[in-house]
Amino acid sequence: MQAFAQLIAQIDASSGTNAKVAALLDYLHQSSDDDKLWCIALLSGKRPPRPVRSSLLRELAAQVSGIPLWLVEESYHVVGDLAETAALLTPTNEEQSELSLSELMQELGALRKMDDEAAGAYIRATWQKLSRYERFVFNKLITGGFRIGVSQRLMVRALARYLDEDPNTIAHRLMGAWSPGDVQFEDLLRNPRPNENLSRPYPFYLAYPLEEAPDQLGELGQWQVEYKWDGIRGQLICRKGKLYLWSRGEELVTERYPELGELDGSAWPDVVIDGEILAYKEGKPLPFGLLQKRIGRKKPGKKVQEEVPVVLKAYDLLEWHGEDIRHKALRERRKKLEILVDQVNSSNILLSPKLEVETWEQAAALRTECRALAAEGLMIKHLDGEYKTGRKRGEWWKWKVDPMSIDAVLIYAMRGHGRRANLFSDYTFAVWKASELVPIAKAYSGLSDKEMAEVDRFVKRNTIERFGPVRSVQPELVFELGFEGIAESKRHKSGIALRFPRMLRWRKDKAAAEANSLEDVKAFLRAQART
Amino acid sequence: MPLIHFTERGLYCPRADVYIDPWLPVSKTLITHAHADHARPRMGSYLSHHDSVAVMRQRLGDISAEGVRYGEKKKVNGVEITFLPAGHIPGSAQIRLASEGEVWVISGDYKLENDGLCEPFEPVKCSHFVTESTFALPVYQWDEAGNVMASIERWWQQNSAEGLCTVLQCYSLGKAQRLLHALSQEIGEIFVHGAIHNTNEALKTAGYKFPHAQYLDASVDGKRLRGAMVLAPPSAIGSSWLKKLKPCKVGAVSGWMSLRGTRRRKNFDRGFVLSDHADWKGLNTAVLSSGAEHVYVTHGYSHVFAKWLRSQGYQAQAIDTAFGGEDEDAEQDEPANPESN
Repeated sequence: MQAFAQLIAQIDASSGTNAKVAALLDYLHQSSDDDKLWCIALLSGKRPPRPVRSSLLRELAAQVSGIPLWLVEESYHVVGDLAETAALLTPTNEEQSELSLSELMQELGALRKMDDEAAGAYIRATWQKLSRYERFVFNKLITGGFRIGVSQRLMVRALARYLDEDPNTIAHRLMGAWSPGDVQFEDLLRNPRPNENLSRPYPFYLAYPLEEAPDQLGELGQWQVEYKWDGIRGQLICRKGKLYLWSRGEELVTERYPELGELDGSAWPDVVIDGEILAYKEGKPLPFGLLQKRIGRKKPGKKVQEEVPVVLKAYDLLEWHGEDIRHKALRERRKKLEILVDQVNSSNILLSPKLEVETWEQAAALRTECRALAAEGLMIKHLDGEYKTGRKRGEWWKWKVDPMSIDAVLIYAMRGHGRRANLFSDYTFAVWKASELVPIAKAYSGLSDKEMAEVDRFVKRNTIERFGPVRSVQPELVFELGFEGIAESKRHKSGIALRFPRMLRWRKDKAAAEANSLEDVKAFLRAQART
Repeated sequence: MPLIHFTERGLYCPRADVYIDPWLPVSKTLITHAHADHARPRMGSYLSHHDSVAVMRQRLGDISAEGVRYGEKKKVNGVEITFLPAGHIPGSAQIRLASEGEVWVISGDYKLENDGLCEPFEPVKCSHFVTESTFALPVYQWDEAGNVMASIERWWQQNSAEGLCTVLQCYSLGKAQRLLHALSQEIGEIFVHGAIHNTNEALKTAGYKFPHAQYLDASVDGKRLRGAMVLAPPSAIGSSWLKKLKPCKVGAVSGWMSLRGTRRRKNFDRGFVLSDHADWKGLNTAVLSSGAEHVYVTHGYSHVFAKWLRSQGYQAQAIDTAFGGEDEDAEQDEPANPESN
């Protein structure tokens, strides 16, 4: 625990990636294999479910510090992190814990089965044995959400150096379902037996957004152009006749999409298909909003399956007859994919078509029509490119359609979390309905740190009312909001829900009166209905 | 009619016809301390502690100012006015106003810990206490300054060993002098940015001494910075001025550094938690030892602190002011009058 807390402190204190990798490497060298596994699991998001409800932590912090719960709450709004709030509130202590990370994680696992009283007693007793920083790390382990500025990529880099292996190999070994309790470091990372883990997916290759005109990419003939489907990324694996479906968040979603998970794979070769899980009906993709009805459901009923059926739009093949073919050129992988889709012959697995374009102008023209097809834009992939690991520049580009946009007025601001602690960074925007401002969207992203600091100052000086962490402010600031989709919604006062709203720019040249009206926004809805 | 009114121009005492730390121009003012959000330009006259006068003259230029000692009594239209130590920065004062048995204390900014540099905070009995609330949440608990100084020195030594320059961001009035006063001279040379140098010069006229602070002007050879410490205000850290100091490590010394989110957002190599404001316990102690029944909470987490004090039996209310309490960067450190630069 001491060593792990020290690792987190080191990572926390360093801004450069080299220093972080060095700290990780240090930890790997000095820890037991069990501790290593836990460290990897925790830092790459594979943490066990949270052992106690988070309100218990608030109550304990209040008890131990002798301050009322509402004040714990107010403090939390400012600190922006419950684990840190509880660590700051409880009295300081110079002791350090002798427990190892894996021993501690075992204790936390047992915590889940205890009632509140027993769990509370355990946590209070443990707090007394920990220094303030260890207490923070311990609370983080309890509350989950262990985001500390270490990406999976850094973890992979450190492990690759530690084991003297290729980073892509390590990234692959870390994929899929494993947990520190059921696997040994040796078997997972040092000497994995091939085919031991039939469900293991490959790391996804992610595209970079294309920000300039595509003619920068050279001759169109070298590229494959496809629609960018508006669903969720998925990897469909068939090994030894059994099917596994993974989402990009490395979640096994086979049972959520029986249209794919229950296909009969007994006659298939061992293959891994990369594609888009897409809501699709009567030969046409459905808007993303409908797919959302499926995403959260672990076991979808008949009714919702009929209402929102899904298909896999297959666009790449990573394994063919049990062989990893990611290093082969896209044109070769594509040929095999076409053979496979043909052979599988299922109405639920459709080939994502290559678009017939001869010039970039033609591609640009197709891109403008994407929205009508419920596509997000175009994908441009180099025909000679291999299938890489993670987000890499150069061979895979996404060329999204320009967002729809409106000008809206800032009316509420809320304090943020994490890096945005003690900063009003989460905003609610409104548009005009006659002389009234109605909330239309919340947006958190798109401003530079400098702009956000400026808005923060504005909020603090122009507060009208306070509602816990939220403040209503003088309606003066106007922002251009971009969004990817629009739908009717009964849950919102405006009757409208926007998809992925974010701030495109601060319209300092505009007064609140010049912002858009609800009617203007509804015009997008009508335009969409016509297509 | 109460002795003090909260007006749009600032805190006002009608009986004496004086404003305390006003933010809009008025004729007569009492100034708690020389930070720019409390001592603003374009006032008819200024009355403050001698040390504040010295700094205000440097920052605000040609002003009509009068200085007093701590504890010295002034009578204005029957109102007794006394400046008492607030322990925040050199010259900082709590201003006590008394008339017809009504006693108010306007404490400006304060801390309870003795920093060895300025006159330590002195509790003053009153019936009405005006308090800041910059760090008025129980999550703010300061470690002893000696421990913080020791960890700054350790970091400095480490950087020195690597041949790096150590840069500390600190306010040019108050924190900079506190650091100069406390940091060891054994580790290496200490340089200061021009804004700190100017403040030091002003404080020297009031009798303060900073023998180890060297002005970092263009004549200083870059080689001397390897292993040295440089103190600089926030405005310099964000500017191209910093480039001249590379290779360097940059740390910040502020109460705000106690929040991990703030530390991460500001991207300093290190954050040291050291404040010239009272922490949660300090604020509570100050309110308690004032003996006041009525507490007015200004700049900071004023609404939360007022609510807390009400739950503790005080008549407390939050007062909106133009002092920079809630803004992390707004303890307006820089002179408000650009001509004085």
